[in-house]
Amino acid sequence: MTFSASEIRQEFPALARVIHGKPLAYLDSGASAQRHISVIEAVNDYERNYHANVHRGVHTLSEEATALYEGARARIVKFLGAKSSREIIFTRGTTEAINLVAQSYARPLLKINDEILITHLEHHANIVPWQMVCEQTGAKLVVVPMDSQGEIHLEAAIALMGSRTRMFACAHVSNALGTVLPIQKLVEAAKARGITTLIDGAQAIAHFPVNVQALGCDFYVFSGHKMFAPTGTGVLYGREALLESMPPWQGGGDMILTVSFTKTTYNGLPNKFEAGTPNISGVIGLGAAVDFLNGLDRAAAHAHETALLDHATDRLRKIPGLEFIGTATNKASLVSFLVKGVHPHDLGTVLNDEGIAIRAGHHCAMPVMEYFKVPATARASFAFYNTLEEIDRLGGAIEHAVKIFS
Amino acid sequence: MDLQDLYRDVILDHNRKPRNFGPLDPADVSLEGFNPLCGDRLTLRLKFVGDLISDIRFEGQGCAISTASTSLMTEAVKGKTRDQALALFKRVHELLTIDTANADELGKLAALSGVRGYPARVKCASLCWHTLESALRPPAA
Repeated sequence: MTFSASEIRQEFPALARVIHGKPLAYLDSGASAQRHISVIEAVNDYERNYHANVHRGVHTLSEEATALYEGARARIVKFLGAKSSREIIFTRGTTEAINLVAQSYARPLLKINDEILITHLEHHANIVPWQMVCEQTGAKLVVVPMDSQGEIHLEAAIALMGSRTRMFACAHVSNALGTVLPIQKLVEAAKARGITTLIDGAQAIAHFPVNVQALGCDFYVFSGHKMFAPTGTGVLYGREALLESMPPWQGGGDMILTVSFTKTTYNGLPNKFEAGTPNISGVIGLGAAVDFLNGLDRAAAHAHETALLDHATDRLRKIPGLEFIGTATNKASLVSFLVKGVHPHDLGTVLNDEGIAIRAGHHCAMPVMEYFKVPATARASFAFYNTLEEIDRLGGAIEHAVKIFS
Repeated sequence: MDLQDLYRDVILDHNRKPRNFGPLDPADVSLEGFNPLCGDRLTLRLKFVGDLISDIRFEGQGCAISTASTSLMTEAVKGKTRDQALALFKRVHELLTIDTANADELGKLAALSGVRGYPARVKCASLCWHTLESALRPPAA
């Protein structure tokens, strides 16, 4: 297989947009990646031809919809290296998956003064659900510190893994800083101490292959829309024994076997955790995104993303007054930065005028902003469909913004 | 929408050199405004002589739109009565949100009308005005 960014980007219709008279440079894939044409077509095909409710009807459309929906699950099983479809739960996204684990796994287990360990660089979605379960149970939230590069060190995490630690939940890749965490070693350390692990893979899944059995984690969660699939889709991978032991967290249709007014028996995995009619079209789109990624030379795509990161780092470093926030040795393809005299929001507006889309804000990681004593940063996050030319345009547009505000 | 309509010279000038910026001690009223979406924060401090705003100063960090809007606001309301300042709040709020709003007699504040074309930025301009409104209205019983 060969990889060409200029060719692959033809397969993402939105990338052909013209914004304020200039070709769109979409540098916000960390917030949400663009849809691949195969995803759009799979969703369209389903909506036009196969739509019916799943797991219910004996009629043709329902059988077809069910086959497509469960076909997507089978693809995810392989994509993540899970053992079976019983280990793959579809959710609305990463956030819902973490809440599910917090409420259904952690809450019944936690006692007063038990500890949940997270890290300083987590997204709010991997902080707040744990705070809520701490309030409900009297458990404590403990935070692994971060260094000034935005790195989390194994030793610092191990130092906080104590006899009361029940759960270790951490990001695979930081959304605000780009840091790739030493996840394999962190999981090994936690496992060796009998601590259950949840990895938030929202920012990892589009960038490199993930194998949950090789990682050895108990839970792995991610969102479809970060990997070129529709919003409102997400995946919770859980080891079967754990999922089996957990009570359902939402009641309704599809998650039951029998219901009477005196007793309800629950359905088996994975349906036990999928109450109600699911996001059928979205999940089918997610399945198409998996096919697309499987057909890609992912090593070459990742090498291109690394080249984008290196080029962005070199180009932006030349801009006087520009400071990077997050300078870990091992980073995913994004740069978070500040420009002296130009607030990130003003920068975002000026760049948009040049057709360049970036994120400005706290990136749902206020503790990270607090650590670096900044209210917000500008973030350019890349995917393999971005080009070196787009980064050159970014550099030029930042310099233009500096001129406007000086 | 033209970028120059948003970042007019008045806005850029007040961003570079915010007026009435710094502490005010003692103040009769001190109130913090916070925009959780972008993390911008400002503190407004006011002094009154009777019903008159005799002094107003601010501190905090924000984008150019937020800083300039606050700076322009402090200039505009200093020496005004509570009711006059609240009337101005209403005018500016309309200017920021209603396409047909006019900027008659608003003076330099008219420069904020360019923000209307950038819906995501309206909150940046209005943060200080909402903070002022809260500071001027008597606390609910």
